[in-house]
Amino acid sequence: MNHTIVKNNQCIPVSSIPVLDYERFLEHNISFLREEHYHCVNFYGIQHKEKIKLICCIANDNDATINVSSSIVESKQTLPSFSQHHFSFHIFEREIHENFEINYTDHPWLKPLRFSFNRPNNNNTIANYPFLKIDSEELHEVGVGPIHAGIIEPGHFRFICNGEQILHLEIQLGFQHRGIETLFLEKKKLLQRTALAESIAGDTVTGHTTAFVNLWESLCNYKTEPDLQFARTIALELERIAIHTGDLSAMCTDVAYQLGSSVYGRLRTPVINYFQVWCGNRLAKGLIRPGKNNFSFNKILGDSLIKIFDEYEPDFNEISSMTFTLPTVLARFEKTGVLTPEHAASIGAVGMIARTSGINRDIRTSHPHDFYSTLHHQAIIKRHGDVYSRAQIRKEEILQSIKYIRELTKTIPEENKNRKPLNPPMPDSFAISLVEGWRGEICHCAITDEQGELMHYKVKDPSLHNWLGLALAVRNNEISDFPICNKSFDLSYCGHDL
Amino acid sequence: MISFTLIIITSLFFTGIVLRTKSIASGRKGPGIFQPMKDIFRLWKKGAVYSKTTSFIFQIAPSIYFASVLMAILIIPFGQYNGIISFDGDFVFFAYVLALGKFFSIISAMDTGSSFEGMGASREALYSLLAEPAFFILIGSFALLTGHTSFHDIFISIHFGSYISYALGILATFVLVMIAMIENSRMPVDDPKTHLELTMIHEVMILDNSGFDLGLILHATNLKFAMYGALIANFFLGNIEIYFTVPIFFAIQILFAIAVGILESFSARFRMSHNAQFIFTLASVSLMIFFGVLLVIGKFI
Repeated sequence: MNHTIVKNNQCIPVSSIPVLDYERFLEHNISFLREEHYHCVNFYGIQHKEKIKLICCIANDNDATINVSSSIVESKQTLPSFSQHHFSFHIFEREIHENFEINYTDHPWLKPLRFSFNRPNNNNTIANYPFLKIDSEELHEVGVGPIHAGIIEPGHFRFICNGEQILHLEIQLGFQHRGIETLFLEKKKLLQRTALAESIAGDTVTGHTTAFVNLWESLCNYKTEPDLQFARTIALELERIAIHTGDLSAMCTDVAYQLGSSVYGRLRTPVINYFQVWCGNRLAKGLIRPGKNNFSFNKILGDSLIKIFDEYEPDFNEISSMTFTLPTVLARFEKTGVLTPEHAASIGAVGMIARTSGINRDIRTSHPHDFYSTLHHQAIIKRHGDVYSRAQIRKEEILQSIKYIRELTKTIPEENKNRKPLNPPMPDSFAISLVEGWRGEICHCAITDEQGELMHYKVKDPSLHNWLGLALAVRNNEISDFPICNKSFDLSYCGHDL
Repeated sequence: MISFTLIIITSLFFTGIVLRTKSIASGRKGPGIFQPMKDIFRLWKKGAVYSKTTSFIFQIAPSIYFASVLMAILIIPFGQYNGIISFDGDFVFFAYVLALGKFFSIISAMDTGSSFEGMGASREALYSLLAEPAFFILIGSFALLTGHTSFHDIFISIHFGSYISYALGILATFVLVMIAMIENSRMPVDDPKTHLELTMIHEVMILDNSGFDLGLILHATNLKFAMYGALIANFFLGNIEIYFTVPIFFAIQILFAIAVGILESFSARFRMSHNAQFIFTLASVSLMIFFGVLLVIGKFI
């Protein structure tokens, strides 16, 4: 047995994960990725006594399973890389290299990732990041950030340009690093950990919190009741609607289309305000809790939500039909920032970005959690991978999510008044949880020790894969089109930096 | 003197009207029409901060830029009244005194050594360069039509022509409006509201300017708008009595400001590479005016 097969939100004993020697581990996991319906959801290292244990989770999109295998290597060892065989591993191996000083003989881009506080090599600092250098009289470099003109998070973009044309973009992140994964171990109370999950990325509160609570409940061997799953599904879809609408507004702002910017901006407000009505926080903080729900969803809430959508949809359709037919807007959106399907596949793009480049990758379809198995979600796929596709997929996903919410609220599950309390987590266990947030696939993994205490916690935001997609998409575009490309990807800085 | 006074007055509320139009078009109430001017007065009360990498060029450039715009305004006539400066060929002086101001703002942007400002400077230089033929073909055609070479004489005599001169006047208005938009770095060529350094043209050049200098540059934009508005108004003023021309002048300025606001509300900015094409179309519209003039004076066919 080279791997063990788990389902989404399934808890298994750590000992059931086979430990392979590194050559077999490499060959085995690479062999999966030769087929299109496999992709790597997580690949990370943990300290295992004096050595390093590498754990690789490859998702099979056809039968809703995840293949988990592991290998134990010496720290500071030099190894052949996975990335040489399939480039989508590059970001994981950069992290392993940074955290455990494992060197790769043939990794194409072995640079620091996020400058974690406990990195072994403190000589690598943000200030001496090894940028790709040019030695040319004709080309020029433009550095943007980490402090930006708008209210966005810190990140440094270094362009190499030929006049107005971008030849190369290197994105340096790590300014937002807060040590989330370590904090998960240091904070012992469940409420503290839930609050931590809520603050992994401010725009994906429900996504990350759902991943955490699903994971925790599976670690505690808790059978999640339908009313909890229902509320989480509604919250995830609402967050998708709110953020997508806000993004459409921001994309209109970036091409200076004032009407679209203000109308989409206005439409977003009632949706996020609904969270305020439901749980007292516009970002849905406090809504999702493991093993309980302090703000259960009822008929009255359902009716007011439907009323919001009855007002939302006509205005949304009207402004969308204007925006998506206005020649000046189309001239900026179409054929700008194209991420080709080949590039998207090779970097292991996930979520919305993968779907705009023609890759059918959606956890709601492939590894359904909560109520998604009853919805029979059909992912919306676009083929061109340009800014226009990314605007269109947002528009269509909003309408699809509204449809789902209308469908779901027809039968609201009864609140369970006398819920069983959560058991303590099972000892020596490994659990994995996949959630399709609005941005894409969120993956949380946890390992417990023999007392049932958290021993390791791993968070992966979809941005981790997709940042490289942005860097590839802007090549050969005009530098003045970079902001609209960046906004259309709308990736998370803090989700990447953790 | 009278045109100078009127242009200064118009400049106080011109961008205010543009902003107000944009606010109303997007469903907001918007600030009062004197708000942009209040902001500029606030800036004028402040000192300026200078980067250590800049030289004296950076410090004198905003004043020269502002002075060049004032100088250009002195040439603008008002109906039957001369501008303060008026001589044969003054429209060439007009164009190049503005170009001088632009030259200084470009080298001051280069002086900061910032990679953004260098990009902005190159864009601004390119677009001004492309807009120049449109302006000269336009005014040159009217010089040919009237046989005069100063703004005042051209505008005075243009109304003795046939009705076709009004048609030419409307085409000329279009070209002048678009030139004003390009020279002031407004939509659809540039977006003055953007916070994105990489897409800016004019805004990125003045990123390092602060306090009094920034106030001068911002007010120069107001003055330039009012100046182009006055040029447009002159096409329609002619030899009428002053108590008609002053209201007509303000009406045209306000209409111009509202038109700018509407244009900026309901379209997106052009892609940077399409700007050059767009500016060239202005030159071709100017050429239409030129052929129209040739038709009128019988040199053609």
